[in-house]
Amino acid sequence: MIPTLLGVAILVFFMLRVMPGDDVVEMMLRGEGADVPQHIIEAERIRLGLDQPVIMQFFSWMGGLLQGDLGTSMWTGRPVAYELGIRLELSLQVALMATVLAILIALPLGTLSAIFRNTWIDHIIRIVSIAGLAVPSFWLGMLIILFLLTVFRWIPPLTFTPFLEDPLKNLSQLIWPALAVGYRYSAVATRMTRSSILEVMQEDYIRTARAKGVYERLVVARHGMRNALLPVITVIGLEFAFLIGGLVVTEQVFSLNGIGRLFVQAVARGDYTMIQGLVLLVAVAFILVNFLIDLLYAAVDPRIRYS
Amino acid sequence: MTLTADLQTAGAETSSGRTTTPLLSIRNLHVHFVTSRGVVRAVEGISYDVRPGEVVAVVGESGCGKSVSALSVMRLLTKPTGRVVGGEIMFEDRDLLKLSEDEMREVRGEEIAMIFQEPMTSLNPVLPIGFQITETLFMHRTITKDKARARALELLKLVGIPDPERRLDQYPHQFSGGMRQRVMIAIALACDPKLIIADEPTTALDVTIQAQILQLMKDLSRRLNIAMVIITHNLGVVARYADRVNVMYAAKMAEQGTAEAIFARPRHPYTIGLLRSVPRLDKPRTSKLETIEGLPPNLLSPPQGCRFAERCRAKQDACIVEMPPLEAVEEGHLTACLRAREMAEKGFAAVGLARPEVKTIERKRIDRSKPLLELKNLKTHFHVSRGLGFLKGGRATVKAVDDVSFEVFRGETLGLVGESGCGKTTVGRTILRLEKATSGGILFDGQDMLGASAREMKKLRRRVQVIFQDPFSSLNPRMTIGQIIDEPMLVYGLQPNRKAARARTGELLLSVGLFDYMADRYPHELSGGQRQRVGIARALALEPEFIVCDEPVSALDVSIQAQIINILEDLQEEFGLTYLFIAHDLAVVRHISDRVAVMYLGRVMELAERDPLYDDPQHPYTKALLEAVPVPDPILEGQRSHQVLGGEVPSPLNPPKGCVFHTRCPLASEECKREVPQFREIKPNHYAACIKL
Repeated sequence: MIPTLLGVAILVFFMLRVMPGDDVVEMMLRGEGADVPQHIIEAERIRLGLDQPVIMQFFSWMGGLLQGDLGTSMWTGRPVAYELGIRLELSLQVALMATVLAILIALPLGTLSAIFRNTWIDHIIRIVSIAGLAVPSFWLGMLIILFLLTVFRWIPPLTFTPFLEDPLKNLSQLIWPALAVGYRYSAVATRMTRSSILEVMQEDYIRTARAKGVYERLVVARHGMRNALLPVITVIGLEFAFLIGGLVVTEQVFSLNGIGRLFVQAVARGDYTMIQGLVLLVAVAFILVNFLIDLLYAAVDPRIRYS
Repeated sequence: MTLTADLQTAGAETSSGRTTTPLLSIRNLHVHFVTSRGVVRAVEGISYDVRPGEVVAVVGESGCGKSVSALSVMRLLTKPTGRVVGGEIMFEDRDLLKLSEDEMREVRGEEIAMIFQEPMTSLNPVLPIGFQITETLFMHRTITKDKARARALELLKLVGIPDPERRLDQYPHQFSGGMRQRVMIAIALACDPKLIIADEPTTALDVTIQAQILQLMKDLSRRLNIAMVIITHNLGVVARYADRVNVMYAAKMAEQGTAEAIFARPRHPYTIGLLRSVPRLDKPRTSKLETIEGLPPNLLSPPQGCRFAERCRAKQDACIVEMPPLEAVEEGHLTACLRAREMAEKGFAAVGLARPEVKTIERKRIDRSKPLLELKNLKTHFHVSRGLGFLKGGRATVKAVDDVSFEVFRGETLGLVGESGCGKTTVGRTILRLEKATSGGILFDGQDMLGASAREMKKLRRRVQVIFQDPFSSLNPRMTIGQIIDEPMLVYGLQPNRKAARARTGELLLSVGLFDYMADRYPHELSGGQRQRVGIARALALEPEFIVCDEPVSALDVSIQAQIINILEDLQEEFGLTYLFIAHDLAVVRHISDRVAVMYLGRVMELAERDPLYDDPQHPYTKALLEAVPVPDPILEGQRSHQVLGGEVPSPLNPPKGCVFHTRCPLASEECKREVPQFREIKPNHYAACIKL
């Protein structure tokens, strides 16, 4: 985990530096909207530490990282960690809800699709899941908002209500972005569930279960699905990257002030320290998710647990 | 209608003594498989009975419909391709084919249970075995959890699993193959079924474990009065355990009767051919195995007349006109052959089924002056890491080959036998340098193979070739047969160009009993036996001196197996080849070998000339192995003692100290646990590793 993160840190730091454009000038211009005297730019540059050689900048950033300090945002002037912290809850909740939704969609649909292979049920589920791959989540988000507006005359509120304050209000607000992202997330998992179940249902132990007189429903649920789960879990882990990508735009559409939106803003503003902090956060999240998936493997498959 | 009438009279006659009605009665069953290439008529009009408490065998080669008929009884054919299109399956007083899906579910596991071939894949890997046993109970009985667990415990004890209390909560991968098959039997017994159908229950098991499992099944069926249907291709198994036998060929019933009648007085040329083509431990070795030439017919468009006519030496014109009906030749003995009565009255010779003259075994030209291949204290150890991913923990050493020495002389065949995991295949692979030897030496024609440079090794590889076990996976599916055989010749420049190579390939194909036009075909277009011939032709292409034959016939049906063995023998004669013949089948090894080495857990236990080894085995392990092999003769089987070797092969990760065999050895004493026995000459040219000799 540590080497991976170090690699990510080095990559993002130097990739940002090779990007063209003088960020300080841009920042000032956008901030003041007028011509800025050179000496003010210089002073600002020194204040932000950008006058140092790149390598020195890197080491001072790394030094901070080792002490748990992500640095200060070049735009807002507040610590990066603080900016991330206030937005984390919302994005985490949307991500979690999207994942749960995706699993709730993928497992039953994929299983149904496998059991009724090559019937109209399978065809419809296939259309639904392939559409999930084809439709960008921000567009789906807009459709959802339009739908809510025209049919129910309701639009998700602009301010975020934390779950503990008013769970119902919170859920009614966040379910829509979660759906927009989760639908895309579920598509690949549905297809994977289908093919995995189809494969498992050919196994000898399924025949054994039937020969024992197990109800067909239980044969699928107890003997089939659990064995089919491993590849599905793998896909869910890999697709997590797409979930984050989806969040970035979807938060924009639903005007949620989360990590994704912060990402867009930071890139637009050329806020180096913020981008670095965000990329590291996403990397940590990705690693953690895949670690959890490794643990899940062991929970699902005793062969991994004991060998 | 002759068929049913005959069956009924036959049934009445045999049951005149005991007035039992059949438990299971299959009548005129027809099963079709709808495939993209057409309708496969997998079972056509077969009928047989199983009476309460009886052991009935269904014998035949792969694809003859024996398993399909059994799966039809359970109504477990793969849907929607396989379906029963005619006939009835009476179980007690119900026609199983007429039951609703839910009524059928109640029959499965409760009244009829099934045991499958592959113990490694037939248990669910993610559920504890205790759960898998009790599941059957919960499906059919109203029973408390505690009672179900107690019953599962009782069942595990019944099938002979040590330490059952702890084992209940373990998962299938923590059991060996033999133990898993015991668990399968426990599952089958859970609800006290009246009938158990066992589909090749021991085919995947080693011979000593096979003997244990069959013994267990027979005991249980006697004690609990459970009727059994055993589906198998192994005639020895049939002779040892079955009361009555049904022989199937190409979807039809060829012959049925008591085991005694079928083995002593076979009346169908196919049965006769089967019995003769198996190498046997109880008969003197003849120079050639009798074979059934040709292949079974394609069931997409089977011939109109007798299915076997094309391969039959007793064929007459009438045979190809119409399928002969199944008719009684004696009480309770039915056969579908027009010449059965003639055969019964005048003998086999009269119908053209005389045994071909036994050629005297000509002395092979074996040059014993110096060995062609010499293994000196060869050790091949593997390092395996335990655990996966982040759960990784430690490394362990598998001593696959541990201190093995032997010599193979020019022109001879050395047989290498042993149970799975004994290291016999690793020996072969190490000689081919497909595995890296840990220590020791391999000399080929006086040249050090282990120290050979890449260039020297290339030269050696031409002289040392291999034939692999699985003819299905050892040929590249994207290359034609011609390309497969041409390739090595072109690589070594044995032929100047592609054209010359292809001409040579044609010759090679002819020499292994194929046709030169087959060079343009792809492996999947050939049958298993034909592919194995291609494997042999490929090995021969380089004109080698030495061939490692790694289980070359174990994936093949008996009639095909005999053909391949004969080819190997002919080629040895013709080209003066030397073979290392690796196999687990003791009878096959006896048939083909001049000298035999017996391996156990990476070590050679005994090595001797063939006849002394089989007639007068010295090492207790060799004795036990030979004891375990069932012989296709029910009378002889009835007289044998059946001292089944207990226990299982210990894990090679943690082999026993001292003599590796002491955990299962009937002679073992305290010293055996301490001392690794010397491999020494017990009698002239007869070596064994046992301190008790």
